[in-house]
Amino acid sequence: MTDPRHDHFSLFDLPPRFALDLSLLEQAYRRVQAQVHPDRFATAGPAERRVAMQWAARANEAFRTLRSPLARAAYLCERHGQPIEAESNTAMPADFLMQQMQWREDLDTARSGDRTAAQALAREVEARRDEVLARVALALDEQHDYAGAAAGVRELHFIDRFREELAAFLDSDVAATPRSH
Amino acid sequence: MALLQLAEPGESPAPHQHRLAVGIDLGTTNSLVATVRHGLPEVLRDEQERALLPSIVRYLADGTTEVGHVAQAHQATDPRNTIVSVKRFMGRGVKDVAHVENLPYDFVDAPGMLQIKTVAGIKSPVEVSAEILKTLRRRAEAALGGELVGAVVTVPAYFDDAQRQATRDAARLAGLNVLRLLSEPTAAALAYGLDSAAEGIYAVYDLGGGTFDISILKLTKGVFEVLSTGGDSALGGDDFDHRVYCWALEQANLSLLPPADQRLLTVKARAAKEALSSRSAATLQARLSSGQWVNLSIGADTFASMTQHLVAKTLVASRKALADAGLKPAEVDGVVLVGGATRMPHVRKAVADLFGREPLADIDPDQVVAVGAAMQAHVLAGNRTASDDWLLLDVIPLSLGLETMGGLVEKIIARNSTIPIARAQEFTTFKDGQTAMAIHVVQGERELVDDCRSLARFELRGIPPMAAGAARIRVTFQVDADGLLAVAARETTSGVESSVVVKPSYGLHDDDITRMLSESMGSAEADMQARMLRELQVEAKRLLEATQAALAADRDLLDGAEFAQVAQLMTDLVACAEGEDSSALKGAIDRLAHGTEELAARRMDRSIRAALAGRRVDDVLAK
Repeated sequence: MTDPRHDHFSLFDLPPRFALDLSLLEQAYRRVQAQVHPDRFATAGPAERRVAMQWAARANEAFRTLRSPLARAAYLCERHGQPIEAESNTAMPADFLMQQMQWREDLDTARSGDRTAAQALAREVEARRDEVLARVALALDEQHDYAGAAAGVRELHFIDRFREELAAFLDSDVAATPRSH
Repeated sequence: MALLQLAEPGESPAPHQHRLAVGIDLGTTNSLVATVRHGLPEVLRDEQERALLPSIVRYLADGTTEVGHVAQAHQATDPRNTIVSVKRFMGRGVKDVAHVENLPYDFVDAPGMLQIKTVAGIKSPVEVSAEILKTLRRRAEAALGGELVGAVVTVPAYFDDAQRQATRDAARLAGLNVLRLLSEPTAAALAYGLDSAAEGIYAVYDLGGGTFDISILKLTKGVFEVLSTGGDSALGGDDFDHRVYCWALEQANLSLLPPADQRLLTVKARAAKEALSSRSAATLQARLSSGQWVNLSIGADTFASMTQHLVAKTLVASRKALADAGLKPAEVDGVVLVGGATRMPHVRKAVADLFGREPLADIDPDQVVAVGAAMQAHVLAGNRTASDDWLLLDVIPLSLGLETMGGLVEKIIARNSTIPIARAQEFTTFKDGQTAMAIHVVQGERELVDDCRSLARFELRGIPPMAAGAARIRVTFQVDADGLLAVAARETTSGVESSVVVKPSYGLHDDDITRMLSESMGSAEADMQARMLRELQVEAKRLLEATQAALAADRDLLDGAEFAQVAQLMTDLVACAEGEDSSALKGAIDRLAHGTEELAARRMDRSIRAALAGRRVDDVLAK
């Protein structure tokens, strides 16, 4: 579990918690890359270069995972035997699904031209996302309720997919209005 | 660095010995070679003190070639055999090349990459590029007075896998040891960043002769981290020339021209464009083969408006790269201009307007990439000193994926992922009893396979017959620090495994390169043999010493049987090294090198772990 070759947190010498100082993570990532990157071993033999590449790829994967709150939460859940399985495990609470349907209706309405409504919806989605993230953080770091955290992560997957759609709509709307410099 | 001594027995490190390495900017229009001498980067010049080598190769009927200015002088008189802008053809088929109807070449559409029929035979873009690289290699060896340890060769950041493979093959064909393929904007950022000890977010806008790149980098304490990259690998100064050329045809009421006139008018169009960088008007005069005299005048405003759509394309890519990095133009701390085409005033103005600040162009935009590449080559070759403590973290420019049912693309590695990277995804069978699976690797951002670039196809065979959906086929994508992809597939259920590793099919096979290299070696066969035997004997000695040193330090990493095997291979090599049989000796060297690979990998892993645990590598190996 704590082999740096397999565990993201021990690779960066960080405590395995959801709460994370991003600047510390960045520093640790740079420190590790400075030691393992293939550029440090460019004239070495093929075996050495291969091993350096594997470690550097590991560091990139660990950094990518820990940097994103959602990926980090999912990783901690898996680490405690609660894989997210977002594709197969789609049973969501009824009230959550009701809200998703409501959001979709609101987006459809906004698409027919109500830009202010879309912006209000975006604020609501952000607030909801922050709320679920806080719940996941509490479940992971304080309550050690990994099944509960995994359920929250699954909700966040849904929310993020919707958030992307909404952002794409808002962007296209911006693009349609003339820019001024 | 005791660690490196084991790694490359052929290059036992004398700590203060300077190892010759160069950076090469293999450009569409011009190429350069630079090195670091006495701690300072320096562009190497030819006998006539010229830094730029025109990327032009002319093939002659007697099988010889002319490269650079000599070839340039013949481009209008012998257009079919004088290849310009060959970089545009690297890793490309005929259908991929824009304005192919305006090009004077006799193309042969080969699978993977086009070829060109010349008076000296059929040539691939890899061979043509290798001629340019060979010329630069010879220039460097003459200037530095020795053989090169290796070279860093730059590629546009937006080059896809096929284009990168082709570039690497060309360098190998030119007899260069490629230390790294480096993105051009990253090389430029290195040259600028170290010059000014900059920190913060930088945008590098690189408009070359045939390619456009935009890279957004974050500079922190010697780490150059590329956040995103974008561009167009078929947009550059050539396209601006082409606009002027088309305008001239129209103004002079000309239609289809013979190849020589096409080339002549293109050269004149380029000269007019260059003149407009410093003047408000330019003339374009040419006498065509028909005797017709073309005499036109073009104003800077006319030129700017006829090429505005090209500039706009670069701005769209720049905005997209910023969005990918999650940044707004105002968050950029500095903008760097790279490439000769950024001398055009309307391009500079558009970049300044987009970012709301004047771009930097203190380092010659034609030379900055080669300078950065030379600095990186210097360090990679093993000349690192305390002041050279930087690290480049680059990204892959385009997503990589697999074809799935219905011609859709499943992305495995997203664009702008930091390299090196390895990712795996599981797939399953579609039919009952299916024993083989076709794997089609593609690169691009679109969702349909037909809209992406096909990189490789291979089949995984020997899957045990199972019900549909029961097999577990794990496909692993691995992109190395050069941005090159390798794909492996493995069936993992019921203990049965099969695996195939492929490199994309665009590149030449290693055998092809060996053959082409030996073909180019010439005639002194006997000398070659004697020299080869001596070199092999030296290599054998070094390998034996290194293996002994490795065993003395880390004997515990091998079990009894593994140790016995290595010992046997050493005994065999000692015997062969005393003989005169080159091929037997080569075989024994290869077997020992191969047989100690696992030991080398385990030692490397041990030293990395020790380093990560906070102990210095030197201490660990010194004990």
